[in-house]
Amino acid sequence: MNKDLDKKVPLLEVRDLETAFKIDGQYHNAVDKVSFTVDRGKIVGVVGESGCGKSVMSLSIMKLLPKGAGEILGGEVIFDGKNIEHLSEKEMNKIRGKDISMIFQEPMTSLNPVFTIGYQIEEVLHNHFNISKQDARNQSIKLLKSVGISRAEQVVNEYPHQLSGGMRQRVMIAMAIACQPKLLIADEPTTALDVTVQAQILDLLKDVQSVNDMAIILITHDLGVVAEICDEVIVMYAGEIVERSDVRSLFKNPKHPYTQQLMNSIPKLDAEEEKLGSIKGIVPSLKEMPRVGCKFANRCPKAMPECTEITPVLAEDEKGHEVSCLLFEASKTEEGTKIT
Amino acid sequence: MLKYTLRRILGMIPMLFLISVVVFTLALAMPGDPFSGEIDPNNTDPEYIEEMREKLGLNDPIHVQYGRWITNFVQGDFGKSTRYKMPVSDLIAERMPNTIFLGVTSLAITYILAFAMGMYAGRRPYTPGDHFIGGFNYFGLAIPSYIAGVFAIYLFSFQLGWIPFQGSVDITLEKGTLDYWISKIHHVITPAIVLGLLSTASYTQFLRNDIIENSRKDFVRTARAKGTPERKIYNVHILRNSVIPLITFLGFDIVTLVNGAIITEAIFTYPGIGQLFLSSVTNQDYPVLMTLTMMFSFLVLLGNLIADILYGVVDPRIRLD
Repeated sequence: MNKDLDKKVPLLEVRDLETAFKIDGQYHNAVDKVSFTVDRGKIVGVVGESGCGKSVMSLSIMKLLPKGAGEILGGEVIFDGKNIEHLSEKEMNKIRGKDISMIFQEPMTSLNPVFTIGYQIEEVLHNHFNISKQDARNQSIKLLKSVGISRAEQVVNEYPHQLSGGMRQRVMIAMAIACQPKLLIADEPTTALDVTVQAQILDLLKDVQSVNDMAIILITHDLGVVAEICDEVIVMYAGEIVERSDVRSLFKNPKHPYTQQLMNSIPKLDAEEEKLGSIKGIVPSLKEMPRVGCKFANRCPKAMPECTEITPVLAEDEKGHEVSCLLFEASKTEEGTKIT
Repeated sequence: MLKYTLRRILGMIPMLFLISVVVFTLALAMPGDPFSGEIDPNNTDPEYIEEMREKLGLNDPIHVQYGRWITNFVQGDFGKSTRYKMPVSDLIAERMPNTIFLGVTSLAITYILAFAMGMYAGRRPYTPGDHFIGGFNYFGLAIPSYIAGVFAIYLFSFQLGWIPFQGSVDITLEKGTLDYWISKIHHVITPAIVLGLLSTASYTQFLRNDIIENSRKDFVRTARAKGTPERKIYNVHILRNSVIPLITFLGFDIVTLVNGAIITEAIFTYPGIGQLFLSSVTNQDYPVLMTLTMMFSFLVLLGNLIADILYGVVDPRIRLD
């Protein structure tokens, strides 16, 4: 019965999350009132250019922002029916690694160079379970095997520098799934890897997802990756969600000009093109961020005069497909005009 | 690792040879000779001096003198002190325990203080506590040991009478008894603190900076994401990485253990190697001077070797072969 109830409540609900950096005594939002939900067992992709707030958002959910850099100003993060945004560091430590775990972009530097692989995997088990040394060792060998490392018995005694990048990312995944978390946040897990290894790691992520029935938030700037394994997509620009939809609808019918431009910049096999599409300009820095209007307006090919005056809101244009752009009626709400 | 060590030890031989040439040359270049310190040349028959010079080989060509010295030296005959009229090896053996005792005590003080302060400050950078520790350390670093030593003697020995101001032990006590050892510690504690506080500053600030540096590393974020408590992150994950660069200091420390602290020993008239070295310079006691200089040079090489081997032990990324 409890399970049925569980199914209806999303696993993770983020409401109006705001994370800001203090620059010259003034707060500048890197994540600006972001709201979304993640359902149990689903893979949600978060895409966007570098510097659009994807990583900061994921670190905010985990409350892992480095001290003195970035502060959560507001919003709620409700995980499994419980608001975790106000938890103390000690209480958060009970959730991190157990219910929500995370893997990072750089497998080269994400492992501690002076401890063995075994020690580092066992640590997460010791953090959350009362488990004997021997059991932890056996468990870590089992985990390494489950992520496709064949010499698991030797690898537990090896150090990170003895492994390749792909192997290290597998170790990171083994560590992340050690306590069978309900949610895995993967922050660009394949960016630093070879193309062939990328595919293997993605397959592995999909495997462990289905075996453990966990949800994944996959942060990436690779739309190909999104198309391959995600169920839902969130497109972020300058700290805001500009479009949100299930993966099929997004690829079939991208609504936001930013999403369209992102898709244009993927090389296509079937069409002959002289030049690969690109988006002119870069994401504005936090200090240069426009406070009113659409933040993409200055780079948008479809920009209209009102784009710099009216702030669009994220709203449903068709069922299950939300967009934040003045080209769509739904985004022009009273609320949107009021802000100007 | 054994092969590496042997190779390094073999590599020391040409180095030591070059050092011996330099040491010998410098000793010769010093003004005067053993006689100018020992005998009053104005009241002694010049013929007798000449005769003795001839007898001791001081009139031989330089390379013959060097050859004679190095041959004996390699065979373990370091000569006889012209001042103390006893073999140099006995003289050094007599002083060595005192110096090692002082060295170990001061190092223990340095390590305990540096680790306590460095770990505290590194975990809480830019807080009042960190600034206080930093200020304290630079203050300690800025005071030369001859000032700190004299001040300590003035305050603790003459004003308060807490500690003796010279020697290494109360000579009336019987060797090996408990009182004897207490007296030794009593004698060593002030010079050890003066000496220990001096190097604490660099250790502390180095450790602090390295902890701050490491606390921003990706692997710390990973440890946090695993739910590892903050205390364990600092005391295990970061500290284990931050001790690695300190090994360099440890190499030097091994040298300090034995060669003593010349200035501190002299101020506290502590009968150790450092004081012996100083008196051998003023008395032009060449055999002692040259032996000690050779010993210091050898220890520097040895200290470096030990540090390099320790790197291989502490850091799994470094392999010695």
